[in-house]
Amino acid sequence: MSDDLITRVIHVIATTQHIPVETINPDSTFEQLKIDSLDGINILFALENEFNISIPDEDAKSLRTVREMAAGVEKLTTSV
Amino acid sequence: MSERRVVVTGIGVISALGPDRAAFWEALSQGRSGIRPMESIDRQQFRFQNGAEVAGYDPRQHFDERLLGLTDRFAQFAIVAAREAVKQSGIEFAEPTRTAIVTGSCVGGQGAMDDAFVEMYKKGLPRVSPMMIPRVMANSGASQISMEFGVTGPAYTVSTACSSSNHAIGQAFHMVRHGLVDSAIAGGSEAVFSFGFLKAWEAMRVVSPDTCRPFSKDRRGLILGEGAAMLVLETLDAARARGALMLAEMVGFGMSSDAHHITQPSSDGAALAMAAAMRDGGIAREAVGYINAHGTGTAINDVTETAAIRKAFGAHADRIAVSSTKSMHGHAFGAAGAIEAAATILALAAGVIPPTANFTEADPQCDLDVVVNAARVAGVEIALSNSFAFGGLNAVIAFKSPSAL
Repeated sequence: MSDDLITRVIHVIATTQHIPVETINPDSTFEQLKIDSLDGINILFALENEFNISIPDEDAKSLRTVREMAAGVEKLTTSV
Repeated sequence: MSERRVVVTGIGVISALGPDRAAFWEALSQGRSGIRPMESIDRQQFRFQNGAEVAGYDPRQHFDERLLGLTDRFAQFAIVAAREAVKQSGIEFAEPTRTAIVTGSCVGGQGAMDDAFVEMYKKGLPRVSPMMIPRVMANSGASQISMEFGVTGPAYTVSTACSSSNHAIGQAFHMVRHGLVDSAIAGGSEAVFSFGFLKAWEAMRVVSPDTCRPFSKDRRGLILGEGAAMLVLETLDAARARGALMLAEMVGFGMSSDAHHITQPSSDGAALAMAAAMRDGGIAREAVGYINAHGTGTAINDVTETAAIRKAFGAHADRIAVSSTKSMHGHAFGAAGAIEAAATILALAAGVIPPTANFTEADPQCDLDVVVNAARVAGVEIALSNSFAFGGLNAVIAFKSPSAL
């Protein structure tokens, strides 16, 4: 996974959650970042716009960390 | 004023289970679901495919051209259900100021708004129809019902998302009980199948890709529904005096607010509302034999509601039959409470508990006595109907079997 992709995902999360980019690293869990279920779907919405992808509900359910989210985005962007 | 006993003498329902009360109860008592592939939108543009639409609804069978132009689908459903309820009741509004109309709706005529905005934003038309406002306003159902029956007492609409019509029925009940009015038409209506609104639900990621399986371990979310139900409430004395058929006594109404989260439910808030309804009706825990659950079929609701029922009822929770009829008529949001109140009253009257359809596997986290897939014959004295809304607003109503009257 490219650093660029991780950086973009972190940027989306920081913007959506109104938190500094520096507080997020690839292995941060949503729990550590205080991302609840409503925040989670809001981030998915922002990622769909940022990467022009459609994230299936089932794929989204198992996500727990920033890295997993980036891996999911990579899978969807390369499969197009 | 002294408290008066309140009974239900009329029910009207239009739902995914059919155009009227008889079709509704027939499907419920047979455990037959009205969830099907959605017809009113282009399914190819959605991740979810199924809904609980009112199939084969032709507004021209119910309304003249003038009223068709003035009403959105949600208001039409309200009028259709009110007509059926009033007809069954046989009530006459001889003193029109002494009747209330209270309706619930979450999003009112959003379909009319969606249509009008498409005309402007997409097709570039510079104006919208002057009929849009009368169609969109959430009280349009209540207003049209008041005109239809010449009722001039208190009339208004409550909007508390998925609890809207339980709040509406509860307030109407209290007004009749405390003598502000002598009768009421109360319930709710909703019509959510517009492209924009469905896209918003898709983004919430709580809509099931297949069907609605409340309390089942493999549940995957809710199914969107639409329709309306209306009840006629009046005093027991008035109903007796005119020899009306009494379908149930309405005995309790309880409300609470979670003060917790805008979308996540709290078992504490839900338990408080159930306890409040019991207190309001002077109901002993042991008298409750059935709960028509909020039971949306989402992962979190059903676990939270199970915990709430346990908190409210303690050991008696194991002796209460529970079902979610949303498995058959879908989640009709602002109409959900009214449709489920109708199901609850019909269940009490028939001595038959409608099941949770589509159930496949027990969930240890939802370890209640869930009536699954087939209706259960059971004489129940008191039944509750739960509604818990986004925003943490809870409303629970309680009905007593007509055999206890």
